[in-house]
Order: sequence, then C-alpha cells, then structure tokens
Amino acid sequence: MRPAWSVILLTTLIGAGQGLFLALYAADAFDASRGQASLAPAFVAAMVGATLALVGGGLLASFFHLGHPERAWRSAAMWRTSWLSREVIALPLFMALAAAYGGMHWLGRLQGALAVGGLAALACVALFVCTGMIYACLKFLQEWHSPLTVANFILLGSASGLTAAAALAAWLQPSLARPYAVAALLVGALGYLMRLAALGRNARLRPKSTLATAIGVKHPRIVQIAQGAMGGSFNTREFFHGRPQEVVRAARWMLLALVFPVPALLLAFAGDSAWGLSAAFLLQYAGLLAERWYFFAEARHPQNLYYQAIA
Amino acid sequence: MTQLALVIDLNVCVGCHACVTSCKQWNTSGTAGSLSDDNPYGADPTGTFFNRVQTFEVGEYPKTETVHFPKSCLHCEDPPCVPVCPTGASYKRAEDGIVLVDYDKCIGCKYCSWACPYGAREIDEHQKVMKKCTLCVDRIYDAKLPESERKPACVLACPTSARLFGDIHDPDAPVSRAIRENGGYALMPEWGTQPANHYLPRRKTSAEIHPDELTRQDNPLKVDGLLPRPATGEPALDDVTSW
Repeated sequence: MRPAWSVILLTTLIGAGQGLFLALYAADAFDASRGQASLAPAFVAAMVGATLALVGGGLLASFFHLGHPERAWRSAAMWRTSWLSREVIALPLFMALAAAYGGMHWLGRLQGALAVGGLAALACVALFVCTGMIYACLKFLQEWHSPLTVANFILLGSASGLTAAAALAAWLQPSLARPYAVAALLVGALGYLMRLAALGRNARLRPKSTLATAIGVKHPRIVQIAQGAMGGSFNTREFFHGRPQEVVRAARWMLLALVFPVPALLLAFAGDSAWGLSAAFLLQYAGLLAERWYFFAEARHPQNLYYQAIA
Repeated sequence: MTQLALVIDLNVCVGCHACVTSCKQWNTSGTAGSLSDDNPYGADPTGTFFNRVQTFEVGEYPKTETVHFPKSCLHCEDPPCVPVCPTGASYKRAEDGIVLVDYDKCIGCKYCSWACPYGAREIDEHQKVMKKCTLCVDRIYDAKLPESERKPACVLACPTSARLFGDIHDPDAPVSRAIRENGGYALMPEWGTQPANHYLPRRKTSAEIHPDELTRQDNPLKVDGLLPRPATGEPALDDVTSW
C-alpha cells in the first residue's frame, strides 16, 4: 500500500494523545484511590491541553486524506458496519469528554472530573480499537488482518503517550516523571515485542491469492503482458509504495531502533531531566512515523496481481 | 432476487478493447459527469476507467497461450467494499444486485478501494469521488431505448459477443446456462466475496487423426490405384505433366 502522510500523522498523533490521556487519568485515579489530590492544576491542564492538541492535530491531518472534506460529517452514518465510521464517532467523543474532564478538574470538581474522566478513558480505548480495526478487518490485506494490529496500535500509542507524559511531568510534576518513565519502558517493551511478533508473522505470510486465482487459469507460470493502460492508473498509484527497496529497509531499521531501544536508553538513564525525556518522546515519535510508514508499505494488496506490467 | 451480472467468455475475447472505449464513451457522457483524464494525448496519460482489458501469457515459450482478460467491478453478492464505507455512499441495490456509489455522498476517503481485492474501484482525480462500473444502470432501464439496446455499453460493443449480460439468479437466463454448462467461474474465490460476474474458461479444440484415416479405405473401384502413378523421378503435378 502507498503510505499516506495524512493517515500516518493521524494514527501516530492520536495514539500519542490517547496514551497521554490514559497516563493522566491513571495517575489521577491512583491519586484519588489514596484519598489525595496531589496533581498540580497546571500539570493536569497541560496534559489535557497536550492531549487535545495531539488528537486535534491528528484529526486535522485526516481531513487532508479526504477528497471532499466538507462532507466529512456524513462519515458518522454507517457505524453499524464500518470501523472507520465508528472511529469518526469515537474521536470527537473522546475529545469532548477529555476536554470536559480537564474543565472540571480546573474548576476543582474532582469527583465529577473522575467520573467524566472514566468515560473519556473508555472512549479513548474504544478509539484505539476502532483505529486498529480499520486495518485489521480487511481480511485480504493479510499483513494487517491480525489481532496484533490492534495490539500494536494500543500498545505503541500508549507507550508514546507515557513517554510524553514523563517529559511533561518532568517540567510540571517532577514526582511523576520517574513512574511515567518506568511505565513507558514497560508498555514500550511490550509494544516492541508485539511489533516484532507482527514483523515475524508478516515475513512468514504466504499470499492466499495468486495470478492463477486472480484470472482463474490453473497454471504455475502466468506473466502479465499488459494491464490495459500505458501511463499508470489509480491502481498503480494507491497500492504500491513506489519507493526503492533501500527506503523500505531504512524505514525498517528506523522502526527497530527508534520505536523502543533508543528512547528506552533515554527513559532509563535521563533521570528526571526534562530535556532528556522530551528527546526520548521526539525520537520515539520519529520511530513511530517510520513504523506507520512501514506498516503501510509492507502490506501487499491482492489487486497488485493485476498491475504488474505496464505493457 | 435478481442479480444482474456479466459473463465474460475468455475463449472468445480477442483483446480488442472495444468494450473499454465504449464503456468510457457512455460513462463519460452521462449525467454523473465525465470520467476525467490527465494528459490523454501526452507522455504520461492516465484517467478513470470502469473497465480494462489486460493481457496475460500462460505457460513457457514455445508452449504459451495469450489470455485477454477484461476486468471491471464484479458486483459481488457479498461485496467487501460496501460495509466499510463510512457514509453509506457505497451500496448494493436490493432489487438488481448492482453495487453503486452515490457520488454526492462519497467523501473520497478511498477506504472502499482498499477493501476491494480486485482493484475494481478507481478514484476520479478531479471530482475526488470513487467511481466504478455501474453495469450501465442509466442505460439498461431506459425505456426510451429499443429493447435490444438496454444492455451495458461494453456488451453492445463486443464484436465477438464475448460478453453476456443478464440475471444469474434466473436459472433459465442465458448467462446462468453459460455458467452452468460452460464451466463459468468466479475470480479469487478464496475471499468469499461471491462475485456476480463470471468468466468462461479457455477451451481447446483438438482433433486426433489415426493412421488409417490418412488413406482412403472405402474405395470400391480402386480409382486411385488405377492411375498411372508417376515415378518419383518424374516431374510432379505442379510442373506440367502429361497424365
């Protein structure tokens, strides 16, 4: 598949925003369970603000994917069947609930905030599942059609959000910087393992469709002579990444290095240095951009069987 | 339940692309607007088509066979492109099974094209909506046309009648008989999409000649034998001979 930057930005930005919110709500709930209210209002406001900025930025990026952004409101219609439609509902719902949580926290209504925050956390998890299922539900994109896809979206999004939370906490709530960094290490390690599992699974995949099933001729040797168009078409642009193999390999190495190992070193050894933790987040986010790019590039669409030779 | 579909006979298709041009002509002139092209006469022509004829070579030289393969939307009975559409712009008509796109509702997110294993959907780069074969829905029900012309443009254009059109759920329809009796098959059956369009396979016509068929056995007057056969050294019939 051709990696579209709008979708790469959408999924990575909202993933980080969602992880950030879950990190904040977890700290708040833990705080409340011990009967304390130790979170600085400025920290909560910054976390909620960053969540909304990241998720809103992702939402904005997604509009650039659409041919008719002015009709985007229509996309909430088919929630009974379409995971994309469900995502379109879950995303603004999560943003509204997160904003309400931040507002109530700011006004000091902590009990109410906790309840609204719980709903926001539910919407947040639902949004993770919807985003992952958009890809995982396409059964003939075998690289995506796996529970690992949803797990990766949840774990890698949460890990980047936790790293961002550690960085923000280092600036505004230093007592939480270490716990967040440790949580980011644990969730990041789990996400990294899941991603490695997905890479291993995809390397072993055998395509179910072949040219023999594509045109219905039982013969082991079939080659395409012409695809019916001389200058390419939507089918040759949308379903091929169109980059040399070196770029794909570079993205893979970037994924392998930056999604976890390099930020993990910073998370482990930067202490509660705000700069160190911020660098960890930026590096991890760059790694996630490469990860998402590779996620699209490695998916081989069966329609490509019909588009192998121009003429 | 009606399920309109095309049945394409690969044994008859000669790969002339008449269905492609006729489809493009009809569908670019309709009320839904043009099927836009870029650089149609330039170096890198590209554009939106509902139908393409592709060519494949089967086997290894010298034992090869050329297969011309027209490909358009297969109007699946379980279309994977329809449930994924977030706006409901993609839908399958209950009354005749045609899968259509409502161009006024489509937001151009391309998700349906990802969900089609056949690559049957193409985005119109200028109108920014997803387009696909409509089985000429604006033609097959047009009462102003003579009955014989109420068929998809590609079917009417095919000079070898390789394309049949009809209701594959009606067991007596010519399309159903063709599928049943000529080994009609669906593309990529592994995904369970149940394409309505079917293809008829290539058929080999062969004859076996036995040695006794090379000499005439039932020759009562032995006419051949009576003739003075020329010796092998004699001039042949092609040269001027006397007998």
